[in-house]
Amino acid sequence: MPSQATLKLDPIRLVVHVGAVAPLIVLILQFVLGGLTANPIRDIQLRTGQFTLAILTASLTCTPLFIITGWQGFLPLRRPLGLYAFGYASLHVINVVGLDYQFNLPLLWRDSAQKRYILAGIPAFLILLLLALTSTDRARRWLGKGWRPLHRFVYLAAALGIVHYLWETKIRMPGPFIYGGIIAMLLLIRIPWVRIELERLPWRRKRRTDEAS
Amino acid sequence: MENDGSTEITPEKLYLSRRAFLAATGAVVATAAIAAACRGRVGNTATTGFCAGAAASATTDELGQKLTSCDDVVSYNNFYEFSLDKDNVAAVEDDFSTSPWTVSVGGLVDKPGAYSIQDLVGKYPPNEHIYRMRCVEAWSMVIPWLGFPLAALLKDVAPQQNAKFVRFESVYDPKHMVGQKEGFLDFPYVEGLRMDEAMHDLTILATGLYGKPLPIQDGAPIRLVVPWKYGFKSAKSIVKIDLVEDMPITTWPKESPGEYGFYANVNPNVDHPRWSQASERRIGELSRRPTLLFNGYEKQVGSLYAGMDLTKNF
Repeated sequence: MPSQATLKLDPIRLVVHVGAVAPLIVLILQFVLGGLTANPIRDIQLRTGQFTLAILTASLTCTPLFIITGWQGFLPLRRPLGLYAFGYASLHVINVVGLDYQFNLPLLWRDSAQKRYILAGIPAFLILLLLALTSTDRARRWLGKGWRPLHRFVYLAAALGIVHYLWETKIRMPGPFIYGGIIAMLLLIRIPWVRIELERLPWRRKRRTDEAS
Repeated sequence: MENDGSTEITPEKLYLSRRAFLAATGAVVATAAIAAACRGRVGNTATTGFCAGAAASATTDELGQKLTSCDDVVSYNNFYEFSLDKDNVAAVEDDFSTSPWTVSVGGLVDKPGAYSIQDLVGKYPPNEHIYRMRCVEAWSMVIPWLGFPLAALLKDVAPQQNAKFVRFESVYDPKHMVGQKEGFLDFPYVEGLRMDEAMHDLTILATGLYGKPLPIQDGAPIRLVVPWKYGFKSAKSIVKIDLVEDMPITTWPKESPGEYGFYANVNPNVDHPRWSQASERRIGELSRRPTLLFNGYEKQVGSLYAGMDLTKNF
């Protein structure tokens, strides 16, 4: 039996995992220590939603960062970041159903049905769920050529999430627009001719096969 | 991805012991948590000072519903003149002065005048009014206000025949109110009531809560309280009261027409276009509550709206 257990981690992956878990730990500590407002359930709802959007956006910056810098280290971060986003989205849903409405489904239905921000949020969550379920290596082999097109739906989930946020807030806040701007920029980088130009940048090491697409 | 490319990424792999990993995580989280937790209401000295001497005559309202704790009442406020964060209003209000203060009463009246807070509480000694307050965002509180009926003031200024509405204007002080400088809403904040709503027994001008003068975040030094309407009707920090002939254009309907109306009566059967008004979160309670028509004041105010289509006149 080895005297010390070891983990194979390079620093960037360490930062990603710690950075993704830290907001949750802080939120739990604040909840327990009374650092949230007088309406903690509402605070949890807002924060888990914001974490979801933030981490999902981070996941979407990986490929553009690879395109611009040529550093392949960004690519393996997409899956853990995507899964963390799904994790926070799940907490977001559990908070509403379990904590806010205490599983009172008729009341939840009365308050949610036909409300457009819910109609945007539900498909966003379902897409993330589907992508989480098909995130495994096994699923990737099983889906074969269909895996990549399926996982491009993450952009739709992000867009729906932003719309969900926008339709929920009482007053126009900068948050949803900032996320929208960033996602739009990230999408632009993936347009073929933009991408080709970026891959011509002087520091960009040319690789014959690109992992990302 | 079958090959995550890690062999190509870093020139050498870093092997960390499990202890080091936990230490790194713990250090990051501990620092962040301490910093974050300290910002919360628990550490807000402005509010703990206020609630030290707080007192109310009862622990429940007339329906037997428990009063919201003083700490919650003074630390959870929608006051966009200062901040969009409900728990941050007390922290950003430092320079704002509530004395001297003048309330100008005018418009279609025979006896217009300007009153200081001392004038008003001298002429109309405040009494305790324990009212439910229901925000349009679907949370609510039960608050022991100190105030006097608006009707007493209005009778004394002698409204003229053609006075149909009362228009309220809140203070405009962008130098000391950060939210006004940022322009979160079209300030100064304007609200209004129909004459019969303004003259109703329940409608008060409040100068205190929990036995003490209003703290700034709750609308010092004087505010309107109309308990059967959504909270945004209860304008804070009032400087002008005018009697007018036409329905005033009030701030929230101007901001989002179709979402907020002039009447804004609490009504579980009339949803906000984007969210439901059927239930509410009573601050301090674990379960949601069903929302009551006219916030539970149907007996007292229902007759004001007899025959009115409440869906159209929301």
